[in-house]
Amino acid sequence: MSRTGRRRVATLTVGLLVPTVLLVVWSAVAAKGWLPDQLLPAPAAVWRALLENAASGDLLSNTLISLQRVGEGFACGALAGLGFGALLGLSRTMRVLLDPCFLLLAQVPPLAWIPLLILVLGIDEGMKVTVIAWASFVPVVLNMAQGIRDVPAPLRELGRVLTFDPWYTLTRIVLPAAVPSIFTGLREGLANAWQTMVAAELFASSEGLGYLIAYGRQLFQLDLVLAMVVVLGVVGLLVNGVLALAEQRLLRWQALAP
Amino acid sequence: MSGITNVQSRGRPAAWQRLPPALRSGVLGVVTPLALLGLWQAACAAHVAPPHILPSPAAVAERFQMELTGGTFWLDLSASLSRMLEGFVLGSVSGLAFGLLLGLSQLGERLCGPVFLAYRQVALFAWVPLLSMWFGGGEAGKVAFVALSSFAPTVVNTWRATRAIPAPLRELAAVLTFGRLDYIRLIALPGALPGIVIGLRSALIYAWLATVGAELFLDIAPGIGGRLNEGRDKFEVDLMLVALAVLAVIGLAFSQLAAFGERRLLRWSPR
Repeated sequence: MSRTGRRRVATLTVGLLVPTVLLVVWSAVAAKGWLPDQLLPAPAAVWRALLENAASGDLLSNTLISLQRVGEGFACGALAGLGFGALLGLSRTMRVLLDPCFLLLAQVPPLAWIPLLILVLGIDEGMKVTVIAWASFVPVVLNMAQGIRDVPAPLRELGRVLTFDPWYTLTRIVLPAAVPSIFTGLREGLANAWQTMVAAELFASSEGLGYLIAYGRQLFQLDLVLAMVVVLGVVGLLVNGVLALAEQRLLRWQALAP
Repeated sequence: MSGITNVQSRGRPAAWQRLPPALRSGVLGVVTPLALLGLWQAACAAHVAPPHILPSPAAVAERFQMELTGGTFWLDLSASLSRMLEGFVLGSVSGLAFGLLLGLSQLGERLCGPVFLAYRQVALFAWVPLLSMWFGGGEAGKVAFVALSSFAPTVVNTWRATRAIPAPLRELAAVLTFGRLDYIRLIALPGALPGIVIGLRSALIYAWLATVGAELFLDIAPGIGGRLNEGRDKFEVDLMLVALAVLAVIGLAFSQLAAFGERRLLRWSPR
């Protein structure tokens, strides 16, 4: 085995040490019955809860529902956010008119809108998708506007020298230069959408991963709660991975440019 | 883009153009809130929705006045703020220590880094039911959730910032035969301060989010989030709007405070 290969194996072993120790201690504590099952179920029980839910199809259907909510909310919020952010970034007048109101609204934690939205929209999909959309809207707007404002002046001048019309300047110069900032906003927006989905489902829902957690809590089935925490972590990781991949593809030209 | 601005400014009266820019943006800045307020008032006057769904601006102002003078407003505010402060201090101090461990010790990073990264993948609110089982739904559970929410951002930024301390500084410390503590005190902490401050700033935002979340999700107790729930249960939209406005103002105050603290702490740095 090469030296770098050996080093990689060593790093991996060290990295697995703490999780292994934690798992062993956890199993021991559960096996000795030092803590009641309602406070800390055995790792095996969590694994069983995971398998049972996977086998019955509950896991898949609830994951899909949660993902659908995130997808719908994020798509609405991000699209509107790109448009509104471009407006704030391109027009000084619009910025002066709308920025103060927007910033004040953005200070309210997204989930604080849930109780009011429940009264206005009811507790169904509309309410959840609206909160998720708003949660992803805010960072997309902020980063889109900032990204456009930060486009270097020489680049804009280039457009003027080449007598580009405003639309051509926007699509050929401003937007490509703002892509890294736009992606920062999209990534934050997706993370916010994910967080808010869990919060909204905990608050009021009858399906979804957040609902399964709340349900497990009500029945004092902590094994189900922990199993769903693991699922949320894994799905969150996958969703982030997809966005990172998209970003890499879209930013490929930047690495090629001299 | 100046092309667009030019086209717009050409249409404006000359007197408007002669006003100082600060005054112009000040005037424009209040246009939208006033317009929204007018729209709201008009909607109420036209009975677009029944008053219990859409209370008039005057009714909300009256409710606010009532909460300030006769209600439990100050009690709720101080309950929320002290809850948040306790959790923030707990979470950020332990986050700072853990972040330094990850950033300063290679072994510490290799041992605990992967576990921390795995933990970070889980959505924050997924911990609420667990924490409420472990610490109860009362004050301890709420503070624990706020602490957890400010832990991760502090760790990430402290870790990254201490890792990124330039090699020449490390070499300097080696040449001067600094001990571990001296290195932390004289090199690591000042060098990583900009990153740490960013972490604390985002920890503060998360702590506030988590405070409101804990008050919404866990047992009823005095607090601004609790008033939101009360408004929903009693169908009092005016109370909810007052609570939301208070949340917005506090959030604004925190971000101003954090920006001010950042400027003060980093005054010496060339950034």
